[in-house]
Amino acid sequence: MSDLATPQEAIRPGTAPGEDIALEFRGTADFDTSEMTLSIGPAHPATHGVLRIVMDMDGERVVDARPVIGYMHRGFEKLAEHRDYRQIMALTNRHDWLSGFNNELGVAVTLEKILQMEVPDRAQWIRMLMAEWGRILNHLMFVGSYAIELGAITPMFYAFREREDIQHLMESATGGRLHFTYNQPGGVKIDLPKGFLRQSDELLKLVRSRLPDYFDLVLGNEIFQARTVGIGPLDPALALRYGVTGPTLQACGIAEDSRVTEPYLKYGEIDVEVPVGRNGDAFDRFYVLLHRIRASLDMIEQIHDAMPSGPVNVKLPKMVKAPEGHVYGRIENPLGQLGYYLQSSGSKTPWRFKMRTPSFSNVQVLPHLLRGTLVPDMVAVLGSVFFVVGDVDR
Amino acid sequence: MNSELISLGESLADFDNFGLSVLVKVLAILAVFFVVPLVVGYMEHKAMAHQQSRLGPMEAGPHGTLQLVADGIKFAQKEDIIPTAADKWVFAMAPGVALVPGILVFAVIPFGPGLWAIDLELGLFYALAIGSFSTLGVLMGGWASANKFSLIGGIRAAAQLIAYELPLILAAAAVVVQAGTMNLAGIVGAQATFMIEGTSINVWYVFPQALGFAIFFIAAMAELARPPFDMPIADSELVFGYMTEYSGIKFAMFLLTEYGGMVSMSALISVLYLGGWQIAPGVALPGCAGAGLFDCGALGVVMGLGVMLGKIMFLSFLMVWARVTYPRLREDQLQKMSWLVLIPLSLVNLAIVAVGKVVL
Repeated sequence: MSDLATPQEAIRPGTAPGEDIALEFRGTADFDTSEMTLSIGPAHPATHGVLRIVMDMDGERVVDARPVIGYMHRGFEKLAEHRDYRQIMALTNRHDWLSGFNNELGVAVTLEKILQMEVPDRAQWIRMLMAEWGRILNHLMFVGSYAIELGAITPMFYAFREREDIQHLMESATGGRLHFTYNQPGGVKIDLPKGFLRQSDELLKLVRSRLPDYFDLVLGNEIFQARTVGIGPLDPALALRYGVTGPTLQACGIAEDSRVTEPYLKYGEIDVEVPVGRNGDAFDRFYVLLHRIRASLDMIEQIHDAMPSGPVNVKLPKMVKAPEGHVYGRIENPLGQLGYYLQSSGSKTPWRFKMRTPSFSNVQVLPHLLRGTLVPDMVAVLGSVFFVVGDVDR
Repeated sequence: MNSELISLGESLADFDNFGLSVLVKVLAILAVFFVVPLVVGYMEHKAMAHQQSRLGPMEAGPHGTLQLVADGIKFAQKEDIIPTAADKWVFAMAPGVALVPGILVFAVIPFGPGLWAIDLELGLFYALAIGSFSTLGVLMGGWASANKFSLIGGIRAAAQLIAYELPLILAAAAVVVQAGTMNLAGIVGAQATFMIEGTSINVWYVFPQALGFAIFFIAAMAELARPPFDMPIADSELVFGYMTEYSGIKFAMFLLTEYGGMVSMSALISVLYLGGWQIAPGVALPGCAGAGLFDCGALGVVMGLGVMLGKIMFLSFLMVWARVTYPRLREDQLQKMSWLVLIPLSLVNLAIVAVGKVVL
């Protein structure tokens, strides 16, 4: 990785997982207790998907936790070897189903790199606009689901109200609500419909006016703070060792974001704000998530102002063939860094197609965060290390 | 104090024929127990929906009013699943053990002038004692399900009951000290004649005992395992806690216990702190003689019942509001809040009330 910003403030001492909690249970030391193994998942409300976590528990305290992944392995990487490049885009917006547009954008960026293709300006700005709306869609989902895991039901309904509007907007341009398949090598499929920017601007104002509700209702809530502050603090060094990225890494105080450190599209031409946390605990992760929504809204405003006119795609041959060679393309997905490694033998399908998905790396760090927590904290940690199981298992 | 008021407590259902009188009382209690919680449940559906920018049930009956009836019918039709590893007798008995005390509490609750089944001298003591039996059913269900999630849920419920019974009783004790009686109708009567010292302005006990009211309300929510104190259920951690393995009518019985508990606790709060069926402090019910609370005509009885139900609905709404707003507390935070905050505060409250009673 290139230049990393340093954490602004040192991690508070004495918050290693379990240190403070062990004291509260000192009274049970006299009893002859045995550990219980509890299997959370693969079908459990807290894992939003089919992640399974095998926990050894002493009462309510988690002694050890082992995530078991693979229940949703769908073989995307192998499947991609038998699909041409345009089909791969339809494939990739399904592994992380909450950030469909960003996934296919990653393929497009990777492919254009190996094809050395010039993408029209307008197409690049449209892609950025859609990518930021897609990022907000994804983050809203996690805002709602994290609150519901902590027992607050209302933010979920608020988030879905906003998501519905955003999906409606994106549908008007792409025709899809979840799986957009709007990109193609060298641009986007069709131009934006008439009046799209005006609608997008109205929606921007609406979402921005409703954003304070989330800050007040969730972030400002005393019980929410009691449940999350100091829970599951992630050490920045450990996070880097495990390849944790996205809001989870930024919450540790590391402002790593490929939109800034290695700009793609036209991200170099607008101000990209990367919110960072300080302690890397569950509260900071959620704080960063909410502020990323706000930052994306600011970016969308800049994109509206800068949107040029012109063509939105280039003329493609009947069959797109990547030249022989290999390339690695990476973009900043809502959940962290998404990378596609493409090895081509010059035919119409890739010879090898490997994914580096953010959720996979984020989940690996879970045992370190879960050890020594209580069962309710397990939920608070699990929900705050943002991941999508389809993105973990591919 | 007010001994003549306390002895006025005679139930409207006391006839010369003892058998008929018992029958009417049992039917009335059952009617209240099965109808009022449904209304509260409907209110919860709608109040939650409108706070969450949605409509809630709309199809079953006008504006979804019959939704819970439809749910009841659905529950009755469902297969009654008993896990093979379960302790079958305990598993089957648990919902009943939880439900019956919930019904029994209603025997002493005064819903209006003369609208109670038994006028116990120790009414408050009886209500709090019987009410806490429900947790036994919860614990039984958690143990007998042979499911780890259920077990944790059941044990959490037991821990929660032990922790929150104390502040609940201590707060109620302060009311007993002030009213000088444990008779629920007597407490209502005592509030109607309670004046601010040195004036003739009538106030309810929520005024001198605002602290006690807050403690009782919080502890009551914790007793009922209502959010934000719903750790025994905690659907995101424990699937559905002690109810995980229950289905069909047994599950419905647990649900009914919860909503019945909401009604009885709200009724207790309004009796203890909000003047029972009194419309406003110092205002007599129409058609009533004396202090305007007992010895009423038909209009007064109906008005009293309406006022009481309105207060129950309002207090239940506050509980629903808390559910919509707050996430769930953690188990150790819950225990800490009870032992380190609520219990000391309720002792302080009791001391203040007792000193005030003696000095003033």
